[in-house]
Order: sequence, then C-alpha cells, then structure tokens
Amino acid sequence: MTLNALTIAEARDLLRARKVTSVELTEACLSAIDGADALNAFVHKTPELALDRARAADARLASGEAPAMCGIPVGIKDLFCTEGVASQAGSNILKGFVPQYESTVTAQLRDAGAVMLGKLNMDEFAMGSSNETSCYGNAVNPWKVDDRTLTPGGSSGGSAAAVAANLCLGATGTDTGGSIRQPAAFTGITGIKPTYGRCSRWGVVAFASSLDQAGPMTHTVRDAAIMLGAMAGHDPKDSTSADLAVPDFEAALTGDIRGKTIGIPREYRMDGMPAEIEKLWADGTAMLRDAGAKIADISLPHTKYALPAYYVIAPAEASSNLARYDGVRYGHRAALGKGDGITEMYEKTRAEGFGAEVQRRVMVGTYVLSAGFYDAYYNRARRVRALIKRDFDLAFAAGVDAILTPATPSAAFGLGEMADADPVAMYLNDVFTVTVNLAGLPGIALPTGLNAQGLPLGLQLIGQPWGEADLLNIAQVLETAAGFVSKPAKWW
Amino acid sequence: MSKIDIETARRVAKLARIRVPEQNLPQLANQLSGILSFMEQLNEVDVTGIEPMTSVTPMRLKRRVDGVTDGGMQAKILANAPDAREGFFAVPKVVE
Repeated sequence: MTLNALTIAEARDLLRARKVTSVELTEACLSAIDGADALNAFVHKTPELALDRARAADARLASGEAPAMCGIPVGIKDLFCTEGVASQAGSNILKGFVPQYESTVTAQLRDAGAVMLGKLNMDEFAMGSSNETSCYGNAVNPWKVDDRTLTPGGSSGGSAAAVAANLCLGATGTDTGGSIRQPAAFTGITGIKPTYGRCSRWGVVAFASSLDQAGPMTHTVRDAAIMLGAMAGHDPKDSTSADLAVPDFEAALTGDIRGKTIGIPREYRMDGMPAEIEKLWADGTAMLRDAGAKIADISLPHTKYALPAYYVIAPAEASSNLARYDGVRYGHRAALGKGDGITEMYEKTRAEGFGAEVQRRVMVGTYVLSAGFYDAYYNRARRVRALIKRDFDLAFAAGVDAILTPATPSAAFGLGEMADADPVAMYLNDVFTVTVNLAGLPGIALPTGLNAQGLPLGLQLIGQPWGEADLLNIAQVLETAAGFVSKPAKWW
Repeated sequence: MSKIDIETARRVAKLARIRVPEQNLPQLANQLSGILSFMEQLNEVDVTGIEPMTSVTPMRLKRRVDGVTDGGMQAKILANAPDAREGFFAVPKVVE
C-alpha cells in the first residue's frame, strides 16, 4: 500500500479503523515531497509542524471522536496566511513575511485535524495560468509525454502538481478566474470552486475580492466533498461570507441524477475548438444522458464578453488590493538612495517586489479606474458582468440543474511556450472558467479523458448558487462513467 | 477608443507607484494598448438600463456593533515591519 497515493476517503477509513496512523501517512508524504524537488510544488516545507500535528491527530483518533479530515496530510497554497509559516503569495514583495495569524480556511482545516505539510507554489498573487509568474520559479506538471516539461496550469499550479504526484492527499487552491479548475484539468485531478461566499476569504491574500474563492483540489469528487465540508462555513471576519449552514456534501453523493436537467451552452463551442475537446464534451454529455439526466441545449449569450469584462474588473480590484504593498508594514522595502523620500520608497519597492505580470495588471487596473475612464471601462464591465450573471439566472430559472462545458481549451502546454506570446493569449486559458467567477457560481473540473498524446483533459460542471451538494453528486456520476484512472508515470 | 502612448504609460506607472525605467515605457505602452483593445469588445454590448454589479450574491451586508473587538498586539503588528522603532512603523522623512 502506497500511503501517499491514498484518497482522502480511503485514508480516513483506515485511520478510523486504526489500520494506519497519521504519522505513517505524513511520513510517506514527507518522503514523497523530498523526492519531488524537480516538480517545485512545495516551496516552504513544514515537516516538524506536520509531524506534531500528525501525532496530535493520532491521539484524537485514538479517543474515537475525530472529524473526517483528522490526520489527513494536505498542502496549502502559498496564498493562505499560516501562523508562523512563511506566506508569500508567490511574490518577492512578501519575501520574509511570516503571518502572526491563521486564515479562517486553514484554521478550520487545522481544527479538523488536517496535517499541513507545507506551502505550495503558485503564480504571483494568483495572477497567471501557468505558474510561470511565481517568485519561486515554475512548478512542473508531473505529466510528461515527451522531452518537454509541461505547466501544471495556474495559478494553483503547485497544488495541482502536488496532488497529481501524490505528494499530499489534497490541497487548498483559490480561484479568481479559473485558478483551481484549469490546473486541475491540466493535471488530471478534481477541483471545485464553491459559490462566492461559501468559504471565508479572511487571511487569504486578496487578488480580486469580488471574485476570489478558496476550494479543495483532490483525487476524487468524494474527496472534494469531504475537504470542502471542512473548509466551508460562515465567518464573521469576512463580511461577504454567507451565513448559511454547510450541507453534508459527502452524504449528497447518491449517484442518482435521474430527471436532472444538464444544460449544454452553445456559446462554449468556440471557433477552432480542437476536435478532441469537442469529443470529450460530447462523450461527457452522453454519459450524463445515459445516467438518466435530460440534456438541454441552452444559450448564455454574453459568454464572449466574460474575458474582457474579467480583465477589467480583476485588475481594477487588484490595483486597489495591492496598494497595501508599500514597504511600510510588511514585506520588501527597497534600499533607498540619498535624498529619496517616501514616494521614491513606494515606487522602488513596488518595482523591485512585483513581477512583470503583476505590475502590468496593477497598471491596467489603475488605468481603468482613473478619472475619465472609470465609466468607459470599469462601470461598463460591471454592467456586462450583471448581464453574464443574468444569462445563468435565466437558464437556472428555466429548469437547468447544472451546465456541462469543457474545462480548458487545450491540454497542458509546455513551460516557456507562451513566453513570447501576447499577454492576452495567456488570458484565453480562462475562457470556459471565468464566467463562473463573474456570476459567483460553483464550478467543478474533473478529468474525463486523455488527448492523443496521453495528457489529461477535463470537463467542467457549473451549478446553481449554493448548490455544491447537487453539483458534486452530478460530478461523481460523470466521474464514475468516465472511469478516468490514468496517473502520471514517475520521472522526477 | 484610446491607444496608450508613452506619456500615458508614464502617468499610469506614476499613479500605480511603480517605477518603470524610461527605456521600458514603449513596451509597456504597447502591452497596455493590446490589453485595452481586447477590452474594447465590451463596447458591442447594449448595457442600457443595466446597473453595474456591486455584489454577486443578493445579500445584505451584515451589521455589527461599532465597538472594539480586538487589539493590544503591538508587537505582533510590528513583527513583519521592514523598519520599526519605538513601537512605530518608521518611514523616510515625509514633511520637510
């Protein structure tokens, strides 16, 4: 039995049956992590903390009453503030920053007995789709089919690589425009972005506050249900966190989706869509039909405007959120020259601390919010956002239970392949996922096939607001029908 | 609409408090123009009578008593400061 390759559900059952200890599981993961430096997934390792927590989890398990995540080793995206453990959001501007507090999501995982193994690589401030903007260097996809090293996707690239390579049983991710779902699809794992407000944002380094949501990245839909249950819930410290009871997501996995209506949005059939993506989508549709769901062609007419609206709104919010990195209270401060005042300190600190993509987005955001352009760009984008949400509202009101789409326009691409491309070319990675953030809906990506080269491809299911339980149930039916069992061959 | 010229790029960098070397301004202007022309697609949408979205979930923000709930942790707050002296954040001289 390879302990680090267990699912969360399997490990939980073995832990509760006292057939394995959390210390054994944790040690298996720690040695897998130490052997996987080539993937550059874990960027701050916390083996001592992990073993302390594992021992505590074992004691709790011995006493009988232990939550589902008790003793489960997980990785935490570097975006989450973790008390006493470096949290840099993949940025040099937070080099050396050690939070004095714990984010609500990771505190809930900790209190449920989960074992943090360390912090995971990511695009700087979660801005990127390939993990290539990270201050730690690229995270690498464990899937490899030729001499190229591939991106694990982004921004939660370290989380995706770590789970796919069995370095941890599950990982936290965050998703502002697709940052959980695209890397999940690129690495053959499952990732869910819950409804906006389901997980607290408190203590998660902010990118675009009206879009950011945390969620789990796991091997299976069941694991996603278990881990999301531990992460979700109302938090008075996040005024946008929903004061709603968290359902038992795992109990919702009945396997019965007869009579559910699955919408297939025609606007997601993009010009030039690769035939293998089109086939993956058609196959997934057939699987849900065979399971007793009704299939409905639907229209979400404003889909094509989601990306441009997103790339106004997200940078606008980012430019405001990232104003706090000024070299005064935490993080990097530039060395100052003679006669430099406070303005020079801000300008030099931010030029040195922020990478190129972050600088670009902060400046785009600054521009669209500046006098004279606020209405033309920012307010117009927010109006379009309202229309995008209305498209979904109308579909759900017409009886659609969930919507099936591709997760990404392609399989994982090679690291460095987009280096000379226009920034907009990279943004197109989010074309199928970004609508979901703009509308605040839950979305899940899961692997359902391989492309001709043998790389994983994923589909996305989009659910109704607060409908994660139903969404996970439909996703599990698709998972079972697709029977995706491929794993990357170990080369690292 | 607008194409970003070098002068605008310089002004945006200034507003964003990011020092951009003079020789990088043309490329920055070019990239910003590319991103903005991508956004111009939004002008195709009829948004008459549509209110800009402020909150994605139709929820009323919670209210709370306007009182002190936390505090007394000066050392923790200063723990990550690049320069802290005598219980304060220290910065270069602001007023001459």
